[in-house]
Amino acid sequence: MNSYRSLEAIQSDLSAEIIDMPSLVNHYLQRIEETVDLNIFLEVFKSEILDKAAAVQSKIKAGNAGKLAGMVIAIKDNICYKDHKISASSKILKDFESLYSATAINRLLAEDALIIGRVNCDEFAMGGSNENSAYGPVKNPVNKDYVPGGSSGGSAAAVAADCCLVALGSDTGGSIRQPASFCGVVGIKPTYGRISRHGLIAFASSFDQIGPLSQSVSDAALVLEIMAGKDSMDTTSSSQKVDAYSDFSENPKPLKIGFIQECLDSKSLDPEVKESQLKLIEQLRAEGHTVDPVRLEELDYLVPTYYVLTTAEASSNLSRYDGIHYGYRSSAATDIESTYLKSRTEGFGKEVKRRIMLGSFVLSAGYYDAYYGKAQKVRRLIKEKTESLFEDYDLLLSPTTPATAFKFGANMDDPIKMYLEDIFTVHANLVGTPAISLPLFKHSKSGLPFGAQFMSAAFNEKLLLDFSHNLMNIVALKA
Amino acid sequence: MEVDDKLIDKLASLSKLEFKADEKEAIKKDMARMLSFFEQLTEINTDGLEPLIHINPETNVYRADKITEELSQAQALKNGPNHDSFYFKVPKVVENKD
Repeated sequence: MNSYRSLEAIQSDLSAEIIDMPSLVNHYLQRIEETVDLNIFLEVFKSEILDKAAAVQSKIKAGNAGKLAGMVIAIKDNICYKDHKISASSKILKDFESLYSATAINRLLAEDALIIGRVNCDEFAMGGSNENSAYGPVKNPVNKDYVPGGSSGGSAAAVAADCCLVALGSDTGGSIRQPASFCGVVGIKPTYGRISRHGLIAFASSFDQIGPLSQSVSDAALVLEIMAGKDSMDTTSSSQKVDAYSDFSENPKPLKIGFIQECLDSKSLDPEVKESQLKLIEQLRAEGHTVDPVRLEELDYLVPTYYVLTTAEASSNLSRYDGIHYGYRSSAATDIESTYLKSRTEGFGKEVKRRIMLGSFVLSAGYYDAYYGKAQKVRRLIKEKTESLFEDYDLLLSPTTPATAFKFGANMDDPIKMYLEDIFTVHANLVGTPAISLPLFKHSKSGLPFGAQFMSAAFNEKLLLDFSHNLMNIVALKA
Repeated sequence: MEVDDKLIDKLASLSKLEFKADEKEAIKKDMARMLSFFEQLTEINTDGLEPLIHINPETNVYRADKITEELSQAQALKNGPNHDSFYFKVPKVVENKD
């Protein structure tokens, strides 16, 4: 079977009876087997997915199948699926089984999507290379010597390796967009509150969002549209109306796009990534868009602000892992204090412990105002500044990442170097706006893919996706 | 900001984590680097700005105060590392006085 790049193509072949659901699922199961050395899947739901595929096939025949009939999805190992295991790629949640499904999952299942398995990620979604998983790193399908990015590294690799059509990831500081860029797929982080976080294992609750990774913008738009919307189980989910993202406008109008000058001047920027941005700017101008430089003088402060706030939220969120209510308990525990201490010390990996310690520091008496309180004020400053940019511009453009994927171990001894990988992506999480990474480029030396990132104002996914869909179509026509 | 053993011990105690001697040296070094990285933020003037706490602008999200049974007792206990039919089991917490 050919690999499919959009649900539209699959549904057209299903209705023409060129393929059926069991053969489609078997294709993905075979791809998972062929790519087992990439360590993408922590578990494949093999026995049940074939039964479910047959059920969807009957619905297609009866003419009452849901909008996502034919879509096979992999889920990041931090999104709950009832009666299935979930571990956040951590030893501390080994053998944990979800008691309920995430709202996002329920909405996809209601439209007849099939979930093929759960995929590897950095432990508790903390990392940018997938090297922090308790179950070993994922390898980049484009070149196995390189990381797939993180933390949704398994999700990006699963889509790039054709093990599923769409994967769900979560994005706290770039964890969907950076691996999407490194693996050459589409990845979008929606507006904060656009998708319910109910059933997403919490890392930093004022930053986390679920989002799709896919081959096509149209699939990302459709999945987003179905997952989005108010949920009584998450009070931070927005009650704003969900637009029909997948109903792309035929005649997109010229937009005003600002490219962030500081991103292009960033010292960590690969020269070829810069060159490609400049060419993209010219191309967008040639297509009739207005593209101007805009200033974000605070760029260098984004990553420190992000890490103060997210480590604080993580240290609080991860206090629930106590060795008592669920998950791992150390066999060395002899009393209540050692139950906490030993279970957490043996259950969490190095990076998670580092972030819990930092979070405890910035929240502790005597340091709270100087670190945590200060970062919250800087967050407001950045949010107000960004909102003022969106008064004049429809979209903001930057590279998704300063460079392409790096080799395993390259950033492991220097946490700050690893954290600076997020320099262009944390912006959208700090201010809550949506941002998409589009797989537009390939590095001439390594052949590795890299993306361009577009950001819109909050709850303006419609405009962002319309534009992205159109841009990818133009690129495909030229290729 | 100096990161010494005393600070690491205090944070480890707050975090309910333990560090062996060699791990302690590594985390001390990492923390010192990270905290000086954080200290860049003092360069930004934030006078007159309120801390940003809630990202979603909606306030006062109400719902009816209705009792629903989301999880049964058996389900709630299911993932506990040690439990019987009614309780999570833990090592002895309260000591006899005599």
